[in-house]
Amino acid sequence: MATDPLFGIHADALQLQRRRMELLAANIANADTPGYKARDLDFQKLLAAAQQPAATAAGVTQPGHMSLDDASLKSATVYRVSMQPSVDGNTVDAQVEQSQFAQSALQYQASLSFIDGRLRSLITAITGQ
Amino acid sequence: MSMKIFDIAGSALSAQSVRLNTVASNLANADSVSGDPNAVYKARMPVFQAIADAQNPAGSGVQVRGVVESQAEAQKRYEPGNPLSDKDGYVYAPNVNIVEEMVNMISASRSYQSSVEVMNTAKDMAMRTLNLGK
Repeated sequence: MATDPLFGIHADALQLQRRRMELLAANIANADTPGYKARDLDFQKLLAAAQQPAATAAGVTQPGHMSLDDASLKSATVYRVSMQPSVDGNTVDAQVEQSQFAQSALQYQASLSFIDGRLRSLITAITGQ
Repeated sequence: MSMKIFDIAGSALSAQSVRLNTVASNLANADSVSGDPNAVYKARMPVFQAIADAQNPAGSGVQVRGVVESQAEAQKRYEPGNPLSDKDGYVYAPNVNIVEEMVNMISASRSYQSSVEVMNTAKDMAMRTLNLGK
């Protein structure tokens, strides 16, 4: 997760939210698939993995950088604990998935607003008006 | 915003519409009687399966693996006046359960709506990303 001088963590936050929304979209798509287990990203695990000092994976050029690679995403993908298990083994709860999706979308838009603000200040600096 | 969400939600839309199609077929044929219990229409239902994607184990869409026929017995009705009745005066009606089909229909349309909402949200966010800095 490279800390960009201009956009900070927000570029990576967008990536993370996008991956999470993919996962939640898959859950919603499989709401009627027998035996499907709902999955989500464990943010705690991702954060812990990103803060590891030994994050010298490919693409990390500075020790302070955090990486949001496929391996850490995969290890942070966990099965959701079902509130209402169903007979066919499906653990998707449409309401939970929809609310989480909405939350993820909101956080995505929050990061977008921050980036937008940075871009605007940059444009102000460039045009000098 | 990648196209992945659109693929996933799109797969759900087509799977749910297959389900709606089978419901429509079952309801339309609920009263298609026959004189032969083996030749009568049988209720159909789709079997859903998550698409296993080795490239991206995180997100997977849904596919219809096949459409199976219900193995429940046909309903036997005593209608000696029916030209299709067998020699004992019975006709056989499909094993379609109207109540089950209606519930299936509502469930399918709700799931369809959920996926449409997912698509709408993804589209909105893609548009916002495209309009960054404008």
